[in-house]
Amino acid sequence: MSDNANNTTTHAALSKKFNADEPRVDWHDETLWFVRSKRDKAANALPEWEELRETASQIKNNVLSNMSGYLQQFEEKARQNGMVIHWAPDAKAHNEIVLSILKRHGVDRMVKSKSMLTEECHLNQYLQQNGVEVIDTDLGERIVQMRQEPPSHIVLPAIHLKKQDVSDTFHEHLHTEKGNNDPQFLTNAARLHLREKFLTRKAALTGVNFAIAETGEFVVCTNEGNADMGAHLADVHIACMGFEKIIPQRKHLGVFLRLLARSATGQPVTTYSSHFKKPRQGQEVHIVIVDNGRSTQLGRKDFRNSLKCIRCAACFNTCPVYRRSGGHSYHTAIAGPIGSILAPNLDIKQYADLPFASTLCGSCSNVCPVKIDIHDQLYKWRQVIGKQGYAGKAKAISMQGMAFTLAHPSMYKVAGKAGRWFLRNTPFLLNNKLNPWYHQREMPASPKESFADWYKKNRQPNNE
Amino acid sequence: MSIANNTTGLQSPPSGDGSAILQAIKANQPAPVALVEIPAFTPFFDDVVAKYMEVLTAIGGDVYLVNSNEEIIEKIKLQFPGAGRIVSFCAEFAGIAEEKTPGSSAHSYENVDVFIMKPALAVAENSAVWITDNDVPVRVLPFIAQSVVAIIRRQDIVATMHHAYDKIADVDYGFATFIAGPSKTADIEQSLVLGAHGPKTMTVFIQQ
Repeated sequence: MSDNANNTTTHAALSKKFNADEPRVDWHDETLWFVRSKRDKAANALPEWEELRETASQIKNNVLSNMSGYLQQFEEKARQNGMVIHWAPDAKAHNEIVLSILKRHGVDRMVKSKSMLTEECHLNQYLQQNGVEVIDTDLGERIVQMRQEPPSHIVLPAIHLKKQDVSDTFHEHLHTEKGNNDPQFLTNAARLHLREKFLTRKAALTGVNFAIAETGEFVVCTNEGNADMGAHLADVHIACMGFEKIIPQRKHLGVFLRLLARSATGQPVTTYSSHFKKPRQGQEVHIVIVDNGRSTQLGRKDFRNSLKCIRCAACFNTCPVYRRSGGHSYHTAIAGPIGSILAPNLDIKQYADLPFASTLCGSCSNVCPVKIDIHDQLYKWRQVIGKQGYAGKAKAISMQGMAFTLAHPSMYKVAGKAGRWFLRNTPFLLNNKLNPWYHQREMPASPKESFADWYKKNRQPNNE
Repeated sequence: MSIANNTTGLQSPPSGDGSAILQAIKANQPAPVALVEIPAFTPFFDDVVAKYMEVLTAIGGDVYLVNSNEEIIEKIKLQFPGAGRIVSFCAEFAGIAEEKTPGSSAHSYENVDVFIMKPALAVAENSAVWITDNDVPVRVLPFIAQSVVAIIRRQDIVATMHHAYDKIADVDYGFATFIAGPSKTADIEQSLVLGAHGPKTMTVFIQQ
């Protein structure tokens, strides 16, 4: 068993790296909080917001309980619509299916719009190893692709970068004017660069936001129009989806599309919500439905709700840990609070640190448009990870101490008294390099008495 | 914690049928939960036209109330003075646009400056218009054109997405889309730029 604390690829170690540039961390924090504020404004404008969340959550509960039935219905309808359905039990099968479709068409260059599933399956690397060039067409994804970095956020892939970083990257790859940091100029350069790709590629891969069981169609949402540009100009459209993207009926899109963009960026809806039902004349549409651990997650009573996620990233933007540690510190395709409850299902040992990358403040659960109990699941994963022996040794010992103290009220009082004394008289004992809590913090002045003592003195009714 | 079984079908070959995966899902899915009805939400505004105009303006579109096709044509001429190629499938704009018949390849539209369309439905709460390939037979056109113009009838504006789906729940199409404003991105330091890959402008005329 390895001790996570000594591992350089843990969230804690990677956050430390991100935190080296303090002004940039502050900027990252403020920028994401700004996005969160826009979400609040959009949500507050709808009097029915909470009822809408509840409805979405309940529709998803129904979906979880009839997942196999809806998937069968979707498969049948989509086939009737002329689309080809593939089933992939894992990432490897998913990648092989995509490659086999491309090979059959003799395609070695492809455009791809945003798909977190293909990040999860490491499709780009696999296709490149097999001689296929993949161009990511979402602007943020194209930027990080040029820099050979993974996206740091599922909705805003390049949110960790400043405009001068993008300018430098474009100067190197697109030969734009050096030092021109104007976002309008840079976006236009990418527009021209990618338009040529859209017009010359014979295959386009997209993700799927929603798949409708009743009609066999799927919906892809973008602001940039890149999924549509790719799909409508290509002879072959491959759409990849985790099986949990299914919803029962078309009218349920009314609920989910009202929630998605408002939760993600505060927009009333994404610019494009495209419904793909049948291939256009002469075109092939392939849908790859992927399991990759999802059926196992569906069987975990405490964690299955994570499959309700619609990938809005509201939980990222509100998370005090995400905002100050950056997406790359999560070392998995989907970062943030939701990623921290999805990843341990894929590999509990590799991602044992992620459920601990949280203050359990609960803000994630409060903003989630489908009401996933994210912070409860983070807490529950900690129990599972602890029991299976994957928590770091230091963490395990202090957690045991904490559990003992909290379970014994008299010990809690003694420990509290001792803690306050030490904090007042020997702050250096706590505020030292061995205690990671202090790396970016100062401890507040310790009160002379406990809350219980203060309460007894000031608020205890005397004459009762 | 219960993990119902390990038979997730990991050994089955790629592209095989879904039976192994579906079996694993069926074994692990929770007990049936009934599907709820979507509540009949009262729109949070009264005037759908005013709301539509307010939202479209806020997301970077242009919107005008008009009384006649002549007025629309005049405005289009004014707004796109240097436009080379204007395309429409609507006969009433034959004077200013190439009248297209379906069939030409998607790629042949790469140099379209303005595409004029008449969506059958629009949504006030988010200013989206709804088009299907029954009305726009070339799917790429509303995306590949540098600018799009949409003409909607006042009575076709509904309040919310629920009202929209009530109308389109059973419509058959090959492709359909909601379009709300010009294409956009904020991927460079959260600075909003209109005109990512699709149209740089969207102009909507509401016919009284």
